[in-house]
Amino acid sequence: MSAAVDLSQPLRLARRRYRLRRTLTEAGSVMLGVVLLIWSLAPVYNMLLIALDPEEGEIEFDGNIWPPEPSLEGFRAVVTQEARYLENFWHQFGNSLFIGLSTMVLTVLVGSLASFAVSRMRLSKGSLLTNAALFTYAIPASFLIVPYFRIMHSYGLSNSLWAVILTQVTFAIPFALLVLQLFASMIPFELDDAARVDGASAVQLYLQIYLPLMTPALAVVAIYALMLAWNDYLYQSVLLSVRNMTVSAMQGQLFADTDAPWNAMMAAAIIYVLPPIALLFALRRYVAASLTMGDVKG
Amino acid sequence: MSATQQVLAAEPRVSVKGPQHKRRHRHLRGSDFKWAIAFIVPYAAIFFALVVYPIAYALWMASEPSLYADLIAGPLYLSTIVNTLLFVGVGVNVKMFLALLLSGFFLRRRRWIRALLAIYILPWALAAAQACISFHWMLIGEAGLVDGVLSALFGIEGPNWFNNRWLGLGSNIIAYIWKWMPFWTVIFLAARIRIPRDIYDAAEVDGATGYRRFVHITFPLLANLYLICTLLSTLWTLGDFTTVYLVSGGGPAGSTEVLATLGFHYAFDAAKPALGVAAVMSAVPVLIPIVIILMRRLQTSEVQV
Repeated sequence: MSAAVDLSQPLRLARRRYRLRRTLTEAGSVMLGVVLLIWSLAPVYNMLLIALDPEEGEIEFDGNIWPPEPSLEGFRAVVTQEARYLENFWHQFGNSLFIGLSTMVLTVLVGSLASFAVSRMRLSKGSLLTNAALFTYAIPASFLIVPYFRIMHSYGLSNSLWAVILTQVTFAIPFALLVLQLFASMIPFELDDAARVDGASAVQLYLQIYLPLMTPALAVVAIYALMLAWNDYLYQSVLLSVRNMTVSAMQGQLFADTDAPWNAMMAAAIIYVLPPIALLFALRRYVAASLTMGDVKG
Repeated sequence: MSATQQVLAAEPRVSVKGPQHKRRHRHLRGSDFKWAIAFIVPYAAIFFALVVYPIAYALWMASEPSLYADLIAGPLYLSTIVNTLLFVGVGVNVKMFLALLLSGFFLRRRRWIRALLAIYILPWALAAAQACISFHWMLIGEAGLVDGVLSALFGIEGPNWFNNRWLGLGSNIIAYIWKWMPFWTVIFLAARIRIPRDIYDAAEVDGATGYRRFVHITFPLLANLYLICTLLSTLWTLGDFTTVYLVSGGGPAGSTEVLATLGFHYAFDAAKPALGVAAVMSAVPVLIPIVIILMRRLQTSEVQV
């Protein structure tokens, strides 16, 4: 009888301790969550704070932590292109969009073709190509801005959007090859062999087996390429002239200019950052799928 | 060519003894070989026109030895080297380590943590230039949000973060970590999802929980990926121009410049392109070993667990 009491006592203690620890862990993770929330959103909040100011001028820089009189005037001035420095906003936005989308399409196309040839067509010495591609990262992109500036001129591409697109594609593809190769190794070769027996050509293998099965990886590559081009400031500001700029280049060049209408500038910044977020949201299923695809193997 | 013919053509391959894999490599059939080459040509063209040529051009521009004497004689070069080492060394390592820890947090299957993850990766989705500009205005001194919050909540008068070299450098590092930590967290998260549960279950039976589980199971399994990511990120961060240029702007008086921005200033503001190229190319002796280690790591093992 006494033995049973002795046993239940430590058990209850252990259970209580377990419960206490779980509560503490829970509290800790909620606190961490709050910290991460503030950390992630602070600069975004700062953008909104300035963008919601009613008029340009010193008012947005009074150390406010809450917009005193929130107004959408900044956004209106951007959309109608009335704000100073933002007269060509939609033209610049169009340029950004063109660069982003072209980089995305070209990276996916050129990258997937090369990766298909190397990983699926059993090209001897194919791995050389991937290694050579990685060599691209031996010298960071920003280190090569001077040579690029001159080379693009000699290619007849000075002040052309294509100059920017080509540089972005150049620096997106090595990473794309890495990702594509990783995923291609998960598609069984038997599929290709079976299609071969049915008389499929290399092009058909690429179009009908490789591309459909690689959709998640291609989505990751597409997002990566778009983000790279969308994030770029240096190449867009150096390779393009003032009259044919992108949003990034224009905003970067005015970044410390206290005379600029900052409520409208921040409103423009918010409009500019939205498309990738929308794309990420639209493709979230593919991204999630590509993240868990390893389950097949692991 | 009909299917039968193809099978017949493939026949000798199968019947010959020896490892079938190697045979296949050598016997890429004629039309296929042409297609494979055709598929590779676009990238090869880009590679030679836009990687090999610019790098050769940069090396040629920076080959004059007197440029390096000029660099060292210049007022900013040595402090820029120190800044670059701190920016890359502290930025990359703190970011990677926090990303690894946070990937464990986001592994927990709670609905609110899933929702938080969506917000947490927002910095990565935000365009770099705009995010950095927001950081710049947030830290601009008493006019900025950070000092506003400091004085409203604690009554502290905050500094102007860009009037002091170390505060400026710290601001750059914080902005850099803010922007790039989510990306690597997601990479680690993807790798950790793939670690089979049984390993943890077995470890739990042996009494390994909490941090011991992390030290003895998670980290060894992720070590190779962690190294690869750190090396890759080091290369990318050395070339990070936007963060430094748009957060502190290199100021005050160029004391927070890194190599990428110093090279830019020399080339475009001081109109000394060769000196600018020499400034950035002086990092090449450090870059090459990193790339070689990276290639070896990628070759010897899969990136995944």
